[in-house]
Amino acid sequence: MENLINIFVKSIFIDNMIFAYFLGMCSYLAVSKTVKTSTGLGIAVIFVLGFTVPINYLIENYILQEGALSWLSPALADVDLSFLSFIMFIAVIASMVQLVEMVIEKFSPTLYSSLGIFLPLIAVNCAILGGALFMQEREYANIAEATSFALGSGVGWFLAIVGIAAIREKIRYSNVPAPLRGLGITFIITGLMGIAFMSFMGIKL
Amino acid sequence: MTEKEPLFSAKNLKLLREPLGSSNPITVQVLGICSALAITVQLKPAIVMTLSVIVVMSVSNVVISLMRKMIPPRIRIIVQLVVIATMVILVDEVLAAYAYDVSKQLSVFVGLIITNCIIMGRLEAFALANKPWPSFLDGLGNAFGYGLILIIVSFFRELFGSGTLLGYQVVPESFYEAGYANNGLFVLPPMALIVVGIIIWVQRAKNNDLVESN
Repeated sequence: MENLINIFVKSIFIDNMIFAYFLGMCSYLAVSKTVKTSTGLGIAVIFVLGFTVPINYLIENYILQEGALSWLSPALADVDLSFLSFIMFIAVIASMVQLVEMVIEKFSPTLYSSLGIFLPLIAVNCAILGGALFMQEREYANIAEATSFALGSGVGWFLAIVGIAAIREKIRYSNVPAPLRGLGITFIITGLMGIAFMSFMGIKL
Repeated sequence: MTEKEPLFSAKNLKLLREPLGSSNPITVQVLGICSALAITVQLKPAIVMTLSVIVVMSVSNVVISLMRKMIPPRIRIIVQLVVIATMVILVDEVLAAYAYDVSKQLSVFVGLIITNCIIMGRLEAFALANKPWPSFLDGLGNAFGYGLILIIVSFFRELFGSGTLLGYQVVPESFYEAGYANNGLFVLPPMALIVVGIIIWVQRAKNNDLVESN
């Protein structure tokens, strides 16, 4: 249990998706104009990450890895399908996003209308595929660890996008040099936020 | 490639040239930021990444453009993802075979070319509606525009961060003896954002059309 909390906290603060790896930058920059919409997108990302990473974990460990197919028959023990992982992961993500969209539409129309266009866009959000690929690279021991990593990364992404949206709402009233307005200042603020987040780096968990 | 006039007409050349400046994918269209920032600590991975994106982008643009009349609009995103993912797997395998250390350094970011919005964005916006040859040029132009920023950022980060370029020492030893020190901040991720922010600043200061209203 302690281990799971460690992974969770670590993926929120130390290995933050945005500030340490720049994943999901495109939607982060495009959708962070108001706090309300960015909250919606942030929740959707937590949701989809929490679903897709465990599923991809199962696929990775029971189908793709070298020798992973041996539960089917011992003859398949030396089959290595790991070169297929990109295509499998992206297919899982695209179909899961579609599925999640349909489920939300059926059971919670209010949440659905507040997420709106963001849900389908998440399929091509690098944070989601990045989550799956980091899960593969870091070789988590079991599915619980992978899930807590996924939720932690989602929460970290959520914090980052809500933070920058709040700052951007305020910065509209300040006098930024004209060529720096909009995109430029957002980049620089994100950099400064990243430096602030680096203070978590020394923490040993 | 034959040097026939229509192949490089003014319109086609524009496709190749514009992404380098006034419609640069990174600084103007805001596409493909994720990978652009993460792998720019040193020049070498940035160059390898640029080459990979050039290959993936131009080939998948051509393939989608060839298939544009056959793809049902409802499932086009999945089709595009499959084409891109296939290309990325090829690039990844080639890198792992011939440039293993660089491929380790790039880690997950080769895989992330799949969701690099630059490629999806150009497929959606251009290849789905145009003939193969202009699509090829568009892909090439945008990939070069992307690579240009990547190389500028990594040039400064490697020069100031570790005093080397492509792994070779360029800041002379006498500088260090006189008290010069590498700026460790440049090696850290946040500096990539700030360098890109400054590039945007310089570009927009020169080209006033690009300035955003508040």
